[in-house]
Amino acid sequence: MQIYLPIAEVSVNAFVLLGLGGLVGILSGMFGVGGGFLMTPLLFFIGIPPAVAVATEANQIVASSFSGVLAHLRRKTVDIKMGLVLQIGGLAGAFVGIQVFNYLKAIGQVDLLVKLAYVIFLGIIGGLMFIESLRALLKSRGGKVVSTRRKHNWVHNLPFKMKFRASGLYISAIPPLLVGVVVGVLAAIMGVGGGFVMVPAMIYILGMPTKVVVGTSLFQIILTTAFTTMMHATTNYTVDIALAVLLLIGGVIGAQIGTRIGVKLKAEQLRVLLAVMVLAVCTKLGLDLLLMPSELYTLGAGGH
Amino acid sequence: MNRFLTLLATLLALATPAKSEEIVAGLSQNAVQITATFVGSEILIFGAVKRDAPAPEGQLGVVVVVEGPSHPITVRRKEKRMGIWINTDAVEVNAAPSFYAIATSAPFNDLVDETVDRMLNISIPESIRVFQSGSVANPEDFSAAVQRIRENQGLYLLNEGGVAVSEDTLFRASFQLPANLTEGAYKARIYLTRNGKVITEDVHEIDVHKVGIERWLYNLAHDQALLYGLMSLAIAVAAGWGASAFFRVFFNS
Repeated sequence: MQIYLPIAEVSVNAFVLLGLGGLVGILSGMFGVGGGFLMTPLLFFIGIPPAVAVATEANQIVASSFSGVLAHLRRKTVDIKMGLVLQIGGLAGAFVGIQVFNYLKAIGQVDLLVKLAYVIFLGIIGGLMFIESLRALLKSRGGKVVSTRRKHNWVHNLPFKMKFRASGLYISAIPPLLVGVVVGVLAAIMGVGGGFVMVPAMIYILGMPTKVVVGTSLFQIILTTAFTTMMHATTNYTVDIALAVLLLIGGVIGAQIGTRIGVKLKAEQLRVLLAVMVLAVCTKLGLDLLLMPSELYTLGAGGH
Repeated sequence: MNRFLTLLATLLALATPAKSEEIVAGLSQNAVQITATFVGSEILIFGAVKRDAPAPEGQLGVVVVVEGPSHPITVRRKEKRMGIWINTDAVEVNAAPSFYAIATSAPFNDLVDETVDRMLNISIPESIRVFQSGSVANPEDFSAAVQRIRENQGLYLLNEGGVAVSEDTLFRASFQLPANLTEGAYKARIYLTRNGKVITEDVHEIDVHKVGIERWLYNLAHDQALLYGLMSLAIAVAAGWGASAFFRVFFNS
């Protein structure tokens, strides 16, 4: 069934969009990532103009994260207090990120730097996470009880300590704030919710239990992407509501399924899968930079 | 068919006998309405050559062009620098039509001389206008890239032999407008040629616009951006909640 999208001004197959939304929704519910870093390239691929894809994707993530968070709230696997602290940092970071983005755009290489940042960042995060979680997985297969990785490091020696009951943590508010700032900057530059950076940071830097991480990350993503949606809608007029509805019908259902799959998996398995996914995206972006593209020229909207 | 005949009669009556050969033409539709289920549209352009005297020497040719609104675009070229492919040069194309289809009654080069083409901007390369006084060595590569990319997208087409001419007088051509159509004022141009020269031309407008919910959403997004943004968010939140509630009730988990 073909549907003409009013803002994107292209005609697309509605079932393809429902399917894409569902797929990304499952990942969202499972891993606590918004899925923007996967969905946006897929939308480019089926012919949606990039500006519309990025803006509409933000709106769709609001829906699937909200759906996911509700499922997590019932399981009490959302640390709202931690989410709010991260959010404060995130907003500050987003503000800085927008300035950086505009600066990069002025010197004309925003695409390249964003992609390079992605590849390097995803490569490091994905690689480290893969090794760590595989080791943990093998250990647990071996019958040993996995120790909860809560070492005392520099994170625990900072002032302004706060109690995060849902995470079972009593740590300084500074690390979560800083994590929020970094993710906010990245999110603004890359045009994504930042879940795939946030989740590993919460596990490895803050030492939060994996089960709580997913719900908390989704909670944080809702506010960030809602803000992004409004920004795009009011300044660029690029949110396509028809596209968003088709994507989010698939997305919200997928998120519910994903959450149910997520709770059935062991924490180590969840981390291995997330690491594999991050590495896959990293490899794809890396190849884009290294291999000769089939078309050397690209068309963009004109004007100065 | 009745409509066609009346239209033909009216046009015949209105046509002024300034030249020896005139075009009398009509379109199967003067407006294309884009609805939510728009999958493209077919436009039939037909007409006749009106003569005061017997046809002069030389083969009669008919060239029909359907052209979408033009927009400026930025064309970027990638080059390999330090092992990775990055955008280097960029050219501003001042105007390139969003859609450009040509149908002819014979091979294009037999009908229109190069100089005539350059003057009237008939062929696809001539329709892309680059005015660039910049540093790029060969801007023609960039306009060629625009043509190549849009041809691959099915937006620029040349259909030689797409115009059927009967008895040196009647002609007709049909155009398939694709589903990924941009709104705006489209133009249908009909050229009558003989010996490579254009004898006369005729221009018709085709109004392509969104209707119904497509129109409403587009206007809302532009005129009431804040409201539109809030509406998008409300739909997102409602859908998220709805799916969650649905799964809780029906899957009991």
